[in-house]
Amino acid sequence: MRAGLEATGYLVDEGLAIACFLALRLARPIFCEGDAGVGKTALAAALAEALGAPLIRLQCHEGIDASQALYDWDFPRQLLHLRAAEAAGITDAERLESELYDRRFLVARPLLRALETQPSVLLVDEIDRADDEFEAFLLELLSDYAVTVPELGTLRAESPPVVVLTSNRTREVHDALKRRCLYHWFDHPGFGRELAIVRRRLPGVSVRLAEQVTGLVQALRAEDLVKPPGVAETIDWVRALDALGASEVDAELAVSTLGSVLKYREDVERGRGLDFAAVLSGAMEVP
Amino acid sequence: MGGSSSDAPSWLVAQFPAPLKGVDAALLGFARALRVVGVNASAERLHAFLRAVDLLGPTRRTDLYWAGRLTLCGERDDLERYERVFAAYFGSGEPAARAMPAAPVTRLRVVARDATGSRTTTQREAEAPPMAALAGSAEVLRHRDFAQLNTDEKAQLHRMLAAFALRGETRRSARRRPARRGDVDPRRTVRELLRRGGEPSRLLRHTQADRPRRVVLLVDVSGSMAPYADALLRFAHAAVRGPRTEVFTVGTRLTRVTRELSHRDPDLAMAAVSAAVPDWRGGTRLGVLLREFLDRWGQRGMARGAVVVLLSDGWERGDPELLAAQMRRLRRLAHRVIWANPRKARPGYAPLAAGMAAALPSVDAFVEGHSLAALESLAAVVRGADRA
Repeated sequence: MRAGLEATGYLVDEGLAIACFLALRLARPIFCEGDAGVGKTALAAALAEALGAPLIRLQCHEGIDASQALYDWDFPRQLLHLRAAEAAGITDAERLESELYDRRFLVARPLLRALETQPSVLLVDEIDRADDEFEAFLLELLSDYAVTVPELGTLRAESPPVVVLTSNRTREVHDALKRRCLYHWFDHPGFGRELAIVRRRLPGVSVRLAEQVTGLVQALRAEDLVKPPGVAETIDWVRALDALGASEVDAELAVSTLGSVLKYREDVERGRGLDFAAVLSGAMEVP
Repeated sequence: MGGSSSDAPSWLVAQFPAPLKGVDAALLGFARALRVVGVNASAERLHAFLRAVDLLGPTRRTDLYWAGRLTLCGERDDLERYERVFAAYFGSGEPAARAMPAAPVTRLRVVARDATGSRTTTQREAEAPPMAALAGSAEVLRHRDFAQLNTDEKAQLHRMLAAFALRGETRRSARRRPARRGDVDPRRTVRELLRRGGEPSRLLRHTQADRPRRVVLLVDVSGSMAPYADALLRFAHAAVRGPRTEVFTVGTRLTRVTRELSHRDPDLAMAAVSAAVPDWRGGTRLGVLLREFLDRWGQRGMARGAVVVLLSDGWERGDPELLAAQMRRLRRLAHRVIWANPRKARPGYAPLAAGMAAALPSVDAFVEGHSLAALESLAAVVRGADRA
């Protein structure tokens, strides 16, 4: 499992590898929580690539409802069908009516599509942004891997998709949903692992630059910031410095490119006051 | 305690190869110990845990650790408790392979029956923190005066305050939102109609939306309020999580602390506030500061239509007449003016302090503010529950 994920360029630690293994074998969703930018969403992409399955993504937002997430009837096509029947002179009203609610007039939205695609990886992104009511929709889906369409009956997945749910903890997700899932908390990675991730994602960048920036970000995380930078920000920062043609970073350069890691004015101001030179000379001693 | 092997303490069962039941009893006892410390390890989670252990084979300590952590925990706060119980139960360090006997295949059916038979966990439970006892004291604490708490009680109070929520009374907003009943929403209906090829479909409706009013808290941090200021500011911290809440401290100066309080962690927020507020435990110039608040913030819109809460004992050093005038001004601007006075709960209290007496005619609701229960009823008044 682990080797399969790492082949896609996504580095996992032991806990996450076990989580993925269990998710596949127990057919349970993985519920991923953690700060933004620690690789929750990337996990789903890596899983999809490792399993050779398509990734089906449902981005949650406030006010999302069943017709956007599950299915919708294709009204224009139904009308067209009626008109065509009219033109052809079919008058058997009862048959016509039953034809209207046929599977071919059902537009599959991400959740239904995931059930019908075998195999597939379903990513329900930022579930905490959706409303409470939406979680209830997910319950049936995640426990039985089935969707009930009143006019059509229950559509069931032959083999359940791999489901990854992510949350940024802006809202507490209901326990009824969570207890159907494997819970995994994403911590910020340690220096060694973060460096390995950066090098894997940006192979063309100088080793020294990657080391230095990783050390700086690790130091920044220890500060009391409004939003501590995630791995995504580390990669952004390395990429930004690389784009400037730097093969190593000094305090001055670090301060002038701080905007790619710190996204709040308060944080940037605080970051400016930090002694980057000291961190940089210290960072080199970290193994 | 019987003599059979399954009645041995569960950590012993965990250490030695035992009949099948022994392993399950150990895992079950572990889950029960987790429940005692407050992890919500429900039956469904336990079921998943046993299946996971079965799948991974309980030979390696790390596998067991992750199987439990992934299936039994449900939120971040659980993780730390899980770590503690796991260490207590299966030993904290290496050697990793020794913690569980090798290879026995666990079967769920056996476990379910074993659940009632195992009394081996009581020992462990006794070591866990007595959460039930804490829950009992919470009720007592709710009614205690903040000024008379010891350090432990304060710590518990802080945790309870962190769970507070403060919502302003709702008002009808100008915006409309989609609804099941209400007026026909012409735009959405026509758009839906067009999407369906011009075929008339259902009528979509909308109705006017309600919005909570802004809540403005003015917290007195002068010397006379010293025993209460910390608890009230923590209350304010919990309130600031709501989107439309502003907090100011008043003493000898007016300080806006909304931003300082926006730290998620209460202790960090309190540290930020104490760094920002220059006039802790000084005197009180309520009238002057209220005028400053109204000039700089209130008149421009912050107090307009808002629920303004003053948390103060009303001991005014300055001119009571000025305070009275400013209170009248505030009342004309604000939707409601609420005064919470921690001293109101003292037996024989009468609003004799010059400032308090001057302010009272312009106050819509005069409430207590000395205990958790009092703050709860204050939150109800802010929500408009007393008038409903």
